[in-house]
Amino acid sequence: MKKLTLEQLELKATEIREDIIRMLEHAGSGHSAGPLGLSDIFTALYFDVLKHDPHKPDWPDRDILLLSNGHCVPVRYAAMAHAGYFDRKELLTLRQFGSRLQGHPEREKLPGIEHTSGPLGCGLSQACGMALAMRMDLQTHRWVYVVMGDGELDEGNVWEAAMLAAKYKLNNIIGIIDRNNIQIDGPTEVVMPLEDLKDKWGAFGWHVIEVNGNDIEAVIDACAMARAVVEKPVMIIAHTIPGMGVDFMEYDFHWHGMPPNHEQAKEALHDLRTLKGKIRSEHE
Amino acid sequence: MNEMHLVKDVQVKGLATEPIRKGFGRGLLVAGQQNANVVAACADLTESTQMHLFRDEYPERFVEIGVAEQNLVTVGSGLAAMGKIPFVSSYAAFSPGRNWEQIRTTICLNNQPVKIIGSHAGISVGPDGATHQMLEDIALMRSLPNMVVLAPCDSIEAEKMTMAMANDPRPNYMRLAREATPVFTTPNTPLEIGKAYIFEPGNDVTIIATGTMTYQALLAAQKLFKEGIDAEVLHVPTIKPLDIETILKSVRKTRAVVTAEEAQINGGLGGAIAELLGEELPIPLQRVGVRDRFGESGKPEELMDHFGLSDKNIMLAAHIVNDKK
Repeated sequence: MKKLTLEQLELKATEIREDIIRMLEHAGSGHSAGPLGLSDIFTALYFDVLKHDPHKPDWPDRDILLLSNGHCVPVRYAAMAHAGYFDRKELLTLRQFGSRLQGHPEREKLPGIEHTSGPLGCGLSQACGMALAMRMDLQTHRWVYVVMGDGELDEGNVWEAAMLAAKYKLNNIIGIIDRNNIQIDGPTEVVMPLEDLKDKWGAFGWHVIEVNGNDIEAVIDACAMARAVVEKPVMIIAHTIPGMGVDFMEYDFHWHGMPPNHEQAKEALHDLRTLKGKIRSEHE
Repeated sequence: MNEMHLVKDVQVKGLATEPIRKGFGRGLLVAGQQNANVVAACADLTESTQMHLFRDEYPERFVEIGVAEQNLVTVGSGLAAMGKIPFVSSYAAFSPGRNWEQIRTTICLNNQPVKIIGSHAGISVGPDGATHQMLEDIALMRSLPNMVVLAPCDSIEAEKMTMAMANDPRPNYMRLAREATPVFTTPNTPLEIGKAYIFEPGNDVTIIATGTMTYQALLAAQKLFKEGIDAEVLHVPTIKPLDIETILKSVRKTRAVVTAEEAQINGGLGGAIAELLGEELPIPLQRVGVRDRFGESGKPEELMDHFGLSDKNIMLAAHIVNDKK
C-alpha cells in the first residue's frame, strides 16, 4: 500500500471519525468516546505501521493486530473499510441483524478480524500465544500489536500475561494502552487507580514508551522505536483524549458507552469538519 | 463382547491399575511425535498432569504459564490462532473451574481448537477435599457451543483419546482422574470421538456410564445378571456431542436407563441423558452421580461409597428402573 503523507493521514483520521459518528448514530447503540480517541492510532496502524494486505487478510506474513477492548471496534471497522477490506457502505450495518460488523468483533464473521473480543483482559494473553507460536516457527519478521483500554487494566488476566511476556522476552509484542483516563463508572483514578502506570509496566519487565496518542506521527515513531527493542516486550502508553474531535464528548466519561442521537451526530460532524479545516490550515 | 476387546474378566482381582492421567501423558508425547504443530502449556502442575513427558522431549514446544489459569487457556487461544494444536493442562477445579469466560469467548466463540485438560476431576481426588474435587466441569463445558466434552474410562483409552484430540478440529475438553483405576480396555478397543460403545450387551436395562464409572457399571452388570437383570452397559467417552443414535437404539430395546458418572448429575451426563430422553423417549430413568452437594476429605474408596458412586448404587438404580417398566 502506498504510504500517505502526514497531512493525508490526518485527513484520513478525521474521515474515520466522521464514519464512527455516522455508524453509531445509525446503530443507536455503542461506544463513542473510545473509538474517537483511538482514531489517530488506528490511522497510524492501518495506513503506516502494519504490514498487511486488505485484499489478502490471511496473508501468512502479515502483522497481527488485536483489539483487546472489543467495544472500541467501530474505529477498527472504519479504518478497515478505508483501507480497502470492505466497502464503506457496509459500515452502516454495524450492530444490525445479519451484519458482519457485530457489536463486538467476531473473528469468524469478518476477514481481517484476528480474534473475537469484548470481555476485557484477554488480548495480551492471546498476543503472548501468537508471539510464542511465531518464535517457535522462527518468524522473526512479524509483530503482534495489541491495543488495550486503560480501564481494562483492572483485569487480573492482563497482569498474568504481562508476567509471561516478560519471562519469555517476547519482544515481538507491541502493546498500546489507550490511556484516556475514563471507564464506565467514571475517571480511572477514582474507579480503580492505575498510576504510576509507567512504573507498573516497568516493574513487570516491560520497556515502556509514553506518547501523545492523538499525534499520528508520534505514534508511528513510537512503533518504530518499539520494534527496535530487543529482549523485552514493549508497552506504548498512548495518552488520548476520549471523544477526541467532538467538543461536547471530549473528556466526558458519560460518552464512554453512549451513541449520539441525530441532533448530536449533526453537531459532532460539524465539529469534526471544523477541525478538519483547522488541520488543513496548519499544514498547508 | 469380543469386538470391544476388553480384558477377559473385569472382576478378576489383581487387574492392573493406573491413573487415567498417565495415559494422557503418553498420548501427548506420541501426538507430539506425529505432529510438529502439537504444543503444550501448563499452569504449574506439569508432572501432576503428566505433561512432563512432552516437556522433557520438546522443551521448545512447551510453555510454563505459572499459577495463572486464565492466562493458560487464553495463551492457548493465541497459539491455536497461529496454527498450533495447543494442549493446556491444570486441575479441573481451576481449569475450567476458574477460567470459564476466557474459554467461552477466546476458545469457543472464537472457535479455536484448544485442547483443555482438566486433571484430578471427581470425588476420588480424596484427601485434598471439596475445593479440589471438581464435580461441575462437565456441566460448565457441556453448556458451551462448539465444545467437545470427553471423559475416558481408563489410561489406555485416555492415550488413544489424546491422539484423537490432536486430529479433531474443534475445541475439546477432557477430564482425567487422579487415582489409579483398573485398566480394562486394551489397545484394540475402539475409540472415536463422538461414538458410544456397547461394552456389555443386554436386554433389560441400559446403563450409560462415563469416565471412572464405566468400570463400576461393568461390575454392576455382572452382579445384576446373577440377580436376573440382563443389563446393557453403554460406555460414553464423548459426553458432547452425544452419540444419540447408539443411545436411543439401546434404550428402545431395554426401555429403562441408569446413568453413572463421577460428577454432579445436574448438567452432567445424567442431565444430558435426561434431556435427550425427555424429548425423544420418556422412559424410567435413574441417575447415579453426585446430587447437588460438595465433596469432602477422605480415602477415595470411602468417598465413592459415601457419595453413592459404587457398583452397588448402580445395581439399586437398575432394580428401580426395571421395576418401573
